[in-house]
Amino acid sequence: MTLSLNSLVGTIGSLLAKAVEPIFVALQRLLGIKRLPWVFLLPNLAAVVLFSLLPVFINVYYSISGSDRLYPTERPVIGLDNFEALARCQNFLDPSTCSQDLFWRALQNTVVFVPVQVVLMVLVSLLTAVVLNRDIRARGFFRGVFFFPVMLSPVVVALVWKWILQREGILNAAFNGMGLQSVEWLVRPDSAFSWAIAVTVWANMGFYTLILLAGLQAIPRDVYEAAKMDSASPWRQFTRITLPLLRPTMLVVVVLAVIRSVQTFDELYVLTGGGPGSATTLIIQYIYERGFAAQPRNFGLAAAASLVVGLVLLVLTILQMRLSRKSYNG
Amino acid sequence: MAETTLSRPGSISAFLGARRGRRRLDWTDWLSYGYLFLGVLIMFGPVAWVVLSSLKSPTALTEFPPTMLPYATETVRVEGFDTPLELYTVTLPDGTTKQMAQIRRIGLQAQMVDPENPEERISVPLADRTPERAIAPAWNNYTDLFAPNSGRNMTLYAGNSLFITIVATVITLIINAMAAFALSKYRFKGRDGALMAILATLMIPSTVVLVPVFMIVASMGLVGNLWGVILPSVATPTGVFLLRQYMLTIPDELIEAARMDHASEWRIFWRIVLPLSAPALAVVAIFSVMSRWNDFLLPLVMLNRPDTFTLQLALNSFQGENVVQYHYLLAMTVLTALPVALMFVVLQRYIASGIASTGIK
Repeated sequence: MTLSLNSLVGTIGSLLAKAVEPIFVALQRLLGIKRLPWVFLLPNLAAVVLFSLLPVFINVYYSISGSDRLYPTERPVIGLDNFEALARCQNFLDPSTCSQDLFWRALQNTVVFVPVQVVLMVLVSLLTAVVLNRDIRARGFFRGVFFFPVMLSPVVVALVWKWILQREGILNAAFNGMGLQSVEWLVRPDSAFSWAIAVTVWANMGFYTLILLAGLQAIPRDVYEAAKMDSASPWRQFTRITLPLLRPTMLVVVVLAVIRSVQTFDELYVLTGGGPGSATTLIIQYIYERGFAAQPRNFGLAAAASLVVGLVLLVLTILQMRLSRKSYNG
Repeated sequence: MAETTLSRPGSISAFLGARRGRRRLDWTDWLSYGYLFLGVLIMFGPVAWVVLSSLKSPTALTEFPPTMLPYATETVRVEGFDTPLELYTVTLPDGTTKQMAQIRRIGLQAQMVDPENPEERISVPLADRTPERAIAPAWNNYTDLFAPNSGRNMTLYAGNSLFITIVATVITLIINAMAAFALSKYRFKGRDGALMAILATLMIPSTVVLVPVFMIVASMGLVGNLWGVILPSVATPTGVFLLRQYMLTIPDELIEAARMDHASEWRIFWRIVLPLSAPALAVVAIFSVMSRWNDFLLPLVMLNRPDTFTLQLALNSFQGENVVQYHYLLAMTVLTALPVALMFVVLQRYIASGIASTGIK
């Protein structure tokens, strides 16, 4: 089976190569070896320009143009009206007084969601990484246990937890078994928000645990041996050796977690749909709702909001690149 | 979940020593194992519960509190009845018990028949009978999904997901490897600029350029087409980076020797550099397959017709229906997660080292 599959892939591969080779040989003759690298780069660069670099500029144009038309040539420039519409508020602390109340609610939710989720995520990941780094049996198995939800799709994660948290779900059955009342976990705004955080931590913590574990394993053993000679307590070893030496990895993990936390969408879209009301609507869902779900589509507002998010993420990404370069170079 | 593990601040210090080579388990070890087994419960439990639930019949799913395993009431064929009847243990008025099949319910009474003796029918109060139950996994939750004309089209959705995953991964591997080859094995003007342009896209998350990417795909006429999902993210900066770093370690002498033998540059790429880069290609392939199979937002925006839905979109649309058929939804959830779960079991080592060394997902 695998043998025939291998030979099948091999046959297709060599056929493809045979078809492409004459073209490249001709190009090599025509352009010379000096310009040939650009031919190798062309498909990738075309995709990068068309679907990443160009969209950044088009996005700016969308944000300063109006109407519900999709194609930029049909959209009149309206200056900063979209940003002004996003920012039009009588009272910035009360979203219901804003012209784009959903934007402010989403922003407010995101501002609470991100720090709480990231702190919780980093703490749980750190604790797990420290335990996994101890001299334990079956480490590979336990590492896999904490990591496998990372592989699950956000939709699957959301459906799994929806099934647990539904009114007649197993969690409420356990509650009833202990003599407690059933709770509508995803219907009450505060508990829905808490579960939104818990579920996203459950789904992603394994990723950060793995990075932190690699960081812990890079700390030389003899440092701990020396500390033991001086009979330092485990707590002291942790605060004086582990934490300081783990600092570069921690910084990378925190910034990475923030970047991805800001972009949370899929899990919550399926788990709560942003509800009840707009209690779990985060900023990316606002962009999706305005640009793609609500009729008429308002691409201008969606683009203006994504520009705001993009700038925040840009700063964070630059920070992350600085930090990871530092951590790799020691 | 997280709260329970963190609610013992006094004991945290116990976890933290990273001492090794001990023979006897002390209390910090017990605490560590306690934490790990709690982790098994919290991480595995929900998924295991969904797998168990997916094997229950629709009636068993409505039970509350639910049973752990998929029980179903046993049925028996009785002469004179077209459909199988449910089997019950009946407590007769004289105190003896007997196994009987239920014909129908009338108010608070149930009409029962003796399977051995179809002429003998009695009426008993509902409270005097208990169902005969046995473990019976409802495999048809799964098989029905593939039945033609069932209106569930699992084959179609799985086909769409597979097509996107495979085609996109192959294209990603080839164009990323070509770019990495150019950027690692040639010196030419503009090389650093090209590398910067590719790596700069790391700073442009797809969530932020959703509107313009949709416009570009629309102008290519690919909205509602699987290619509209494949093309926008075929070039991955992390893939180029990973492959380039790997190709830099391939000695240039090999390439020089091939050039001496008049091999064309394409042949050098395809026959020498590509096979030697297999380990890096494997990592890029794994991450591409994972992200494509699990992708949601891009397909959600691009694929607007049900016949182009991927598994993820189909799941989302089924769970949003007015009357959710949970037995099918759960089975479909399990099937959707199965490929990545299998991949994880087989390739855990690669995935773990890939993440630890690059920080990508």
